[in-house]
Amino acid sequence: MSEIHFREMASKSWLNILTFLCGSAVGFVLCSQLLSILLEEQKDIQPSILHNDPHARHSDDNEQNHLEGQMNFDADASQHKDENTDIAEKLYQKVKILCWVMTGPQNLDKKAKHVKATWAQRCNKVLFMSSEEDKDFPAVGLKTREGRDQLYWKTIKAFQYVHDHYLEDADWFMKADDDTYVILDNLRWLLSKHNPEEPIYFGRRFKPYVKQGYMSGGAGYVLSKEALKRFVEAFKTDKCTHSSSIEDLALGRCMEIINVEAGDSRDTTGKETFHPFVPEHHLIKGYLPRTFWYWNYNYYPPVEGPGCCSDLAVSFHYVDPTTMYELEYLVYHLRPYGYLYRYQPALPEKMLKEVSQIYENEDTKVNQEPLREKHK
Amino acid sequence: MISESSLFLKGVLLGSIFCVLMTMLGHIRIHYGKRTHHHERHHLQAPNKEDTLKISEDEHTELSKSFRIYCIILVKPKDVRLWAAVKETWAKHCDKAEFFSSENVKMFESVNMATNDMWLMMRKAYKYAFDKYRDQYNWFFLAHPTTFAIIENLKYFLLKKNSSQPFYLGHTAKSGDLEYVSVGGGIVLSMESIKRLNSLLSIPEKCPEKGRMVREVSEDKQLAVCLKYVGVFAENAEDSKGKDVFNTKSVGIFIKEAMTNHPNQVVEGCCSDMAITFNGLTCNQMYVMMYGVYHLRAFGHVFNDVLVFLPVNGSDND
Repeated sequence: MSEIHFREMASKSWLNILTFLCGSAVGFVLCSQLLSILLEEQKDIQPSILHNDPHARHSDDNEQNHLEGQMNFDADASQHKDENTDIAEKLYQKVKILCWVMTGPQNLDKKAKHVKATWAQRCNKVLFMSSEEDKDFPAVGLKTREGRDQLYWKTIKAFQYVHDHYLEDADWFMKADDDTYVILDNLRWLLSKHNPEEPIYFGRRFKPYVKQGYMSGGAGYVLSKEALKRFVEAFKTDKCTHSSSIEDLALGRCMEIINVEAGDSRDTTGKETFHPFVPEHHLIKGYLPRTFWYWNYNYYPPVEGPGCCSDLAVSFHYVDPTTMYELEYLVYHLRPYGYLYRYQPALPEKMLKEVSQIYENEDTKVNQEPLREKHK
Repeated sequence: MISESSLFLKGVLLGSIFCVLMTMLGHIRIHYGKRTHHHERHHLQAPNKEDTLKISEDEHTELSKSFRIYCIILVKPKDVRLWAAVKETWAKHCDKAEFFSSENVKMFESVNMATNDMWLMMRKAYKYAFDKYRDQYNWFFLAHPTTFAIIENLKYFLLKKNSSQPFYLGHTAKSGDLEYVSVGGGIVLSMESIKRLNSLLSIPEKCPEKGRMVREVSEDKQLAVCLKYVGVFAENAEDSKGKDVFNTKSVGIFIKEAMTNHPNQVVEGCCSDMAITFNGLTCNQMYVMMYGVYHLRAFGHVFNDVLVFLPVNGSDND
């Protein structure tokens, strides 16, 4: 009987131990859950202090890397959470730009692809113009040949195509090459002062051969809706020639004939916005030799060094794929935190009224104040 | 039955106490929710939005002035062109920048270290800086003339970091067990760190002028060894996305790598928006960066920053 009793006792004590262990396990798990919730909240506020704080160490503690845990990074990981793009978005709706990019079958993958991955997305509408159609890219087939001597013919056909299919979809029509980098936000700022019904076009103005000047092809140029209508009309009525080996000059001559004004695209401090070369070539004094054609071609006094280029530059040319992405990073990503830029450009009067409600709704900070100041 | 349930409850109690003790002792990290990185390294990140929102508008200017950064640039005669470029570009944004050269160079103002040895130059420069400027500056940034730095982003990164704590920041690397800050990306020391370093410089056993190794050890590793003795440890600086803000390569190299490794996310995968340094730049590239950083931008993109930095007087490229 004592044996049975003993066995009973033994099993009972096993049961007791088991119960106790279960209890402690449950307690442990519950407690850890509770703590993790509490700690999680704390971490959101002070991530760098709670867990990985090596500065709480004492000087005699030579242990390195004893922290096995992880940093709880800020839950909202977006780089642009402090960025307000209301004005840019408003301009996107108000100043509609159709971009067409001059390219060719061999360059779709080499060059046009990178245009598509970067600035082209900011056009209200973008078309890639090639001699042959490419359904996958997609690229429009102009049914021309390729080659430098075909550029003007391609330009005429491209504008014709845009006119016939997309005239009502945009206010302004921008032509660029597949090695041109365009900053659409700045182009919209430039064009917001003008009316698409004006017969006018903008680009990097050159002075030779055409009295009012003509726009550099590579730096890109943009036609108002009225200018586009007149241009297309001019070929139907033979006012303008169909053939030329120099695209930009021929277009410039035509513009003059049809009374489309060659506009001044410089910013309010007189700095150029459309650029026929990459920033380095303009910024470095002496990069372009004095004997270079460029110095005699510029309509306005050409500047090299820091005064060459507007803060609100619109385009650069001869941009290779790597530089496309570099410019994209410099314009839309990298910035100096808190820096009060010297040039504080304002919106034109007519835009201000539309945009002023954005200010009223926003808690205005430093960067927006000078904008208001300019209009007092 | 009663004894069993009381046993159970005692178990629960013990379990919870044990759990609390364990968590407090810091041996167990229990995380639910977002698991991002598991690192053995120490990482410091830039301030997040919650932190920055707590600062009132009046405090913005005061706060911006509270960072006093002294820049040390170590140069040699062969770097003369880069030296000039640095002097004309980003160094103007330091509260004070001085060039420490291996020897005197005509027409270029510098502090002569009278040695060709990079480690000796570094030691002497830190000692000079500490002796002369300890009361005037609270952060010390050291770089080579191949580096381009955006001091405003450095100040933003240091927001909420106390300079009387031993910070040693930059782009870290590992050499065996030693974690050190690569000099190519720039080295940031807080006042406390440079103070501790200085106390050690006169003790040759702990911080020798000539490394005990037969092979030459680079100056950035030597610095890490010395700092370790006084309880100062290297930390990798990252933004809220986990991207390095101190970079030992140039933007161009990052882009080229991104075009190969992730061609569909080239710019997104490249570099931090709040990058502080890039390395390996040519003189021309320094001027291009000045334009790209301090001028070129997209109209209509507005930022609510808590710090305010005014342009430098008498400068034409920023």
